[in-house]
Amino acid sequence: MLRFVCFFLVVVAGTSGELCISRAMKEAGEVHDFRPAALLQVAARVMRIQWLWIGLALMTVGFFALLGILSVENVSFVVPVTALSYVVGGLGGMLFLGERLNRSRWAGILLVCLGVALVILGKH
Amino acid sequence: MEAHVREKHLRLKTRLMILIMILAGPLGNTLLGKGMKQIGPVSVSSWSVVLQTLGAILSSGTIWLGIALMITFFVAYSLVLSWADYSYVQPASAMAYAVVAILGVLVLHETVSPLRWLGIGVICLGVFVVGQTHPNTTESR
Repeated sequence: MLRFVCFFLVVVAGTSGELCISRAMKEAGEVHDFRPAALLQVAARVMRIQWLWIGLALMTVGFFALLGILSVENVSFVVPVTALSYVVGGLGGMLFLGERLNRSRWAGILLVCLGVALVILGKH
Repeated sequence: MEAHVREKHLRLKTRLMILIMILAGPLGNTLLGKGMKQIGPVSVSSWSVVLQTLGAILSSGTIWLGIALMITFFVAYSLVLSWADYSYVQPASAMAYAVVAILGVLVLHETVSPLRWLGIGVICLGVFVVGQTHPNTTESR
């Protein structure tokens, strides 16, 4: 049960957190200049966006849940299973960020999911 | 012509960031796994046990090194998300699953069954399919 809750938190809280951060980064604008001073300016700008902090809080929950599962399961099993977040990510990207997912991108996401299913089936 | 050059530059920039992501992320996960295995199964039976585990996590050098690599991954990820779609970046970073499995076998001596390798291969195929699509669909063109 605890494992299930942990996997759920890694997938749902982790992915929601990433979506919030993606939204914050989109609000901050595209990064063109990779010099340290310019990157610091971007960081300062991003830190004023509320979505970043909501995202970080959700990702922290997902991170500790990940540590919990890693204490009992193998990395080569845990990490591929967390790829279930592709479904959440695809839907979230479409609904929350207004991204358009074309047919080939959906096909890619579905293939990734099929791969994850095989990884779970191949546990033993 | 200018649009073509810009598109090429965008793809190059995106792929470089994804490369950093698929190296730093899996290595970070491997070290987190190693550190947590050293600590042992986590229990939430009481607050004192939780605090004790938290203390063990925060005093593990392996876990801190893993966290540093995850932060590297996270910075590259955040940068790439400022110009590319989340639904493009997330599956593209799935290459990391192959790297995690290889590191799991080499560093942590985990056993990966043929079916699991097949699953990882299918994930990489999915990544290839996603890689053929344009990295930004929200920008008006």
